[in-house]
Amino acid sequence: MNKYTRDQIAARVAQDIPEGAYVNLGIGLPTLVANHLPKDREVVLHTENGLLGMGPAPAEGEEDWDLINAGKQAVTTLPGAAFFHHADSFAMMRGGHLDVCVLGAFQVAVNGDLANWHTGAPDAIPAVGGAMDLAIGAKQVFVMMDLLTKQGVSKLVERCSYPLTGVGCVSRVYTDVGVFDLRPQGVFVSDIVEGVTLDQLKSLTGLPLQQG
Amino acid sequence: MINKVVASVAEALADVKDGSTILVGGFGTAGLPNALIDGLIEQGAKDLVIVNNNAGNGYTGLAALLKTERVRKIICSFPRQTDSYVFDELFRDKKIELELVPQGNLAERIRAAGAGVGAFYTPTGYGTLLAEGKETREINGRQYVLEYPISGDVALICAHQGDRWGNLTYRKTARNFGPIMATAAKLAIAQVNEVVELGALDPEHVVTPGIFVQRIVQVGPNDPAKA
Repeated sequence: MNKYTRDQIAARVAQDIPEGAYVNLGIGLPTLVANHLPKDREVVLHTENGLLGMGPAPAEGEEDWDLINAGKQAVTTLPGAAFFHHADSFAMMRGGHLDVCVLGAFQVAVNGDLANWHTGAPDAIPAVGGAMDLAIGAKQVFVMMDLLTKQGVSKLVERCSYPLTGVGCVSRVYTDVGVFDLRPQGVFVSDIVEGVTLDQLKSLTGLPLQQG
Repeated sequence: MINKVVASVAEALADVKDGSTILVGGFGTAGLPNALIDGLIEQGAKDLVIVNNNAGNGYTGLAALLKTERVRKIICSFPRQTDSYVFDELFRDKKIELELVPQGNLAERIRAAGAGVGAFYTPTGYGTLLAEGKETREINGRQYVLEYPISGDVALICAHQGDRWGNLTYRKTARNFGPIMATAAKLAIAQVNEVVELGALDPEHVVTPGIFVQRIVQVGPNDPAKA
C-alpha cells in the first residue's frame, strides 16, 4: 500500500498550525513537525521541562546540557524565549494556554480517547511523563501515528483496549494514509494517500468512515 | 548574621536521617544535583523515599544512589528510559516500590505542599489507571481528581548562583523542579555553581527567595552531561 513518509505526515500537521500558536510537540515522531513549520509563520514551541521559544538543535560540539527538550536532546533558544519552573510549565498545559499539542499514540478511539503511555503488558515498566497533562490541557490535541501496527492492526479503533491517557481529548489524527477528523457526527477522512480508497480504509479500520 | 552557606557537601547533608523523603531536582540529568547525590551516597542514609521526575540515567547520579539499595520507594513520572538500567533491574526484582504520577500532578502536588494547600482537584488523569480509587468531582461540567500534596523532609536542588541569605538563580532548563521543591521540604539544600556576595543578585532576577532555602554549598559548575 502506498504511504506518506514521516516527513510528509509532519509537513501535513505543520500546515494546520496557525500563526501565533503556542505548541507542544511530544517526544518521538511529533518533534519532526518543527522542521516543517513555514519560516514566515511565528509559532512558539513549548517544551514541558521549562522553555517557551525553543529553537533547533545546536551544532555538534555546541550542546549545553542545561538546555534540553522533553526528549532530553540538546536544543537552543530563540529570541523571545523564556525559562520557567515545572509548576508554571504544567499550568500552561492544564490551564488551557497551549493552542495545540501533537502526540504519538498506541491507539485512538473514534470518540477521541487516547492511549499512548502503557501497553498494559504485565512486565512493562510504566512511564507517563507529561502525556496526561498535555492530553487534557491543550486546546487542540493532534495525534501523529501510523494507521496500522506492524502486525497490520488498526490503531484507530472503536474503543481503546490499552489503558487510557485521556478521555475524549483527540480532535484529529494524522497518519501515513490520510487525516482523520474525529467529530461528534463521526470520523471524516481527508488527504487520503494516492492509490488508496475510502473503502479500503473502511475495511482496514473496520470503522464507518466518511469522506471529509 | 544570617549565613546559609556551608563549607562542604558533607556538612550540608550531615543530619539527613534514615527513612527521609527526599525531593531531588532535575529533569533527566539537567538540574540533577550530582554533588549532593554523591554526598548522600557517602553519608549513608537509608530506607529513603525519593521524589524525582525520572529514576536515574546510566550509572551515576540518581542511578548510583538507587544502586546502593537504600531507596525504598521512588515517586516519579517517567522511570523508563533508554538508560534507566539500574531502576529497571531493581523494579523487576521487586526491590523498589514505584508510585507513578503524571508529571503535572507531580509538580502541582509539590507546589501544593510548599504553598500550604491541603489538596486540589485536577483534570489530569481523570478516567485513567492513575486515578483509580481516587476521589473525583464534577465542577462546572468537567471531571476532576482529588490529589494530595507531596512534601519532603529534605530537598536537594541544583541552582546557578546563590547568596548567604539563600536567594537562588538557575541556569536554563536546569531550573525545572528546583523552585517548587525548595518550597516543599523542611530542609532545602541547594548546590550552586557559585556563591555570590549578598546584594550581587538583582532582586528582579531572584527565582527562589531565600526564605525557602536552608543551606547552600558551592560545588563549582554542575556537569549534567556526566550525570
